[in-house]
Amino acid sequence: MTGSAPTVQATAQPVATLTERTELPLARAINEGLRAAMAADEKVLLMGEDIGPLGGVFRVTDKLQADFGSARVLDTPLAEAGIVGHAIGLAMRGYRPVVEIQFEGFIFPAFNQIVTQLAKITNRHDGKVPMPIVIRVPYGGHIGAVEHHQESPEAYFAHTPGLRVVAPSTPNDAYWMIQQAIQSQDPVLFFEPKAKYWMKGEVDPTAAAAPLHGSRVARAGTDCTIVAFGAMVAAALEAAEVARAEGTSIEVVDLRSVSPVDYGPLLESVRKTGRLVVAQEASGNVSLGSELAAHVAEHAFYSLQAPVLRVSGYDVPFPPARLEGMFLPDADRILEAVDRTMHY
Amino acid sequence: MSQTPKLAVDMVDPDPIRFLDAEGRYSPSSSAADYAAELDGVGIEEFQQWYRDMVETRAFDTEATHLQRQGQLALWVPSIGQEGCQVGLAHATEPQDHIFPAYREHTVAKVRGVSFVELLKLFRGFTHGGWDVTDPANGNFHLYTLVLAAQAQHANGYALGQLLDAKLRAGSSALDAGEQGIATGEATMAFYGDGTSSQGDANEALIFAASYQTPSVFVVQNNGWAISVPFERQSRTPLYRRALGFGMRAVQIDGNDPLAAFAVGRRFMRLAREGGGPGYIEALTYRIGAHTTSDDPTRYREKAELEAWRDRDPVERMEAYLRELGVDEAFFAEVAEQADREAKRVRDAILQLPPPDADSMFAHVYTEAHPRIEEQRTWLERYESSFEADEEITA
Repeated sequence: MTGSAPTVQATAQPVATLTERTELPLARAINEGLRAAMAADEKVLLMGEDIGPLGGVFRVTDKLQADFGSARVLDTPLAEAGIVGHAIGLAMRGYRPVVEIQFEGFIFPAFNQIVTQLAKITNRHDGKVPMPIVIRVPYGGHIGAVEHHQESPEAYFAHTPGLRVVAPSTPNDAYWMIQQAIQSQDPVLFFEPKAKYWMKGEVDPTAAAAPLHGSRVARAGTDCTIVAFGAMVAAALEAAEVARAEGTSIEVVDLRSVSPVDYGPLLESVRKTGRLVVAQEASGNVSLGSELAAHVAEHAFYSLQAPVLRVSGYDVPFPPARLEGMFLPDADRILEAVDRTMHY
Repeated sequence: MSQTPKLAVDMVDPDPIRFLDAEGRYSPSSSAADYAAELDGVGIEEFQQWYRDMVETRAFDTEATHLQRQGQLALWVPSIGQEGCQVGLAHATEPQDHIFPAYREHTVAKVRGVSFVELLKLFRGFTHGGWDVTDPANGNFHLYTLVLAAQAQHANGYALGQLLDAKLRAGSSALDAGEQGIATGEATMAFYGDGTSSQGDANEALIFAASYQTPSVFVVQNNGWAISVPFERQSRTPLYRRALGFGMRAVQIDGNDPLAAFAVGRRFMRLAREGGGPGYIEALTYRIGAHTTSDDPTRYREKAELEAWRDRDPVERMEAYLRELGVDEAFFAEVAEQADREAKRVRDAILQLPPPDADSMFAHVYTEAHPRIEEQRTWLERYESSFEADEEITA
């Protein structure tokens, strides 16, 4: 018989978790966050395709099966609906499953289980059955891959009551937010900016980051606000740096949470600068950017000096890799919008 | 198969497990012999209880259709004709087992302890659930699921949890590919129908069950019709044969014979609890009534087919068997009277239920605080109370 694998029992030694400030790539920060969560609670288990000996196609779960055993890190059959559907049953039993969807484009076979079941089960049970499930989703472009490995489908999930949706932009946030998401009693879609998996940053395991759904000012400024999340935060910061050389002071708000959105820092920023540019990789039509623009118009109308502008992917399917640079917003396209809003 | 009405596709193969023939005589099929021992120790009192469960459910079921016709329920899902396999399978489970129904398992609900009043809350439009699955009084009977096949995965995920708990107790942290199941002491039964067997989710559940050797028993009530689409459009092979192809133990039973359902259910659930892995039971039955109260089966079914299945009614079959065992008329009269009384009680109770308040829309969307929900909840309260203020002024 082919395809047999060796028995994988948990390591006999206590699992070593991160204890000191360390410079880590974002993927490794998530790995350390998962390790810490699994060490803290034996009900936390991982499920997904190729997450065992391989460590996932992006190696985010590297060595976790060796540490915790194959009953805690489950290599599943290749069936996304089955993975999420079984995670729901496990959560009913008291487990806290963390599901890996290999690429965002593969989440749609599980869409029914997420939208008609996972999001609604607690409500259906009058609150008696929590659904502490995390669905990790590597998302977004800039990796030069095929059609369904580059997309940003967050709006489908943000639109669905019962789900929480977050997207870290730094290694430290990734380390802490994955642990906070696992602790949440509600289902969390955890969008990982795969283009930034190898971006390094300091991770501080000694002091918890902001709350899971808090947004933050990533860079202070006075003339215009750019709001972004995930991989687009880096582009926004790059744009802000260029603008500074041209004499424009830009404030960058890192949303961190897509649903619910923490509007406090964003509205405060807009009330100060009077101008807002939203940057997102997703197609703009009926997107998170649409919601942000509407909300800011409703709540900060008299502070606005110009219409809220959105910089988004075009309303076309994600193009072949050779065109991704044209499709995806970058610092230049964000600056073009900044120019328009400054000269409105 | 003289006793099974002819179908265009030969779905009876070769000889479904049966103990009681259509006339209620104890006459085991050749395939039943292997399961006869499962009925050892099951006495006449148990059979009487099964009969009572079926009759009470049928009376309630009929009352619920009336309530829908009178506008008191938004919808009803009749189960008449399918009580036989349901009662046998429900009694084959142990208290510690879990059951994930589709939405037509009213007899199973009753046997496991769910009250008919709570079951009707969903159909009255008061809730999407109805009973507290975490309350032991409800017998680990989970909520009805309306996007079909989803529950097959939840059930098997639950069973995977039962298995992982057993692993944890045994001090093992490995669950490797190709390994055998281990004793769990509890199992999970999932119900779905012939139409659902076409869904991807149902098939993925079987794959996961076989892969992890979960303590699961899948029950497919093949009632011949997926609303208006006949079984012949769903499959060219008996469904239990598909399960064999997934590498599972699988059989076909006469779904209108409570004894067959009990015997096979008991065996399969015990094997699952003992670490013998998942099982699959295809119960051949028939939906005598409509799919739901919105349906009109006269548009797609032949009367002759319906009549042929009426002759195989599971309640009448059980009654004939009990009479053969010497149960007297007084028992049947008492059961009928009690069933009518219970149906009336449910009717009165459902009419007295307080409707849900608006706040219940917001209360359980999330377990933890959510700003958007709080904001809208507060807004609605203020909006609604503004009308009260107006009314006071008008008064």
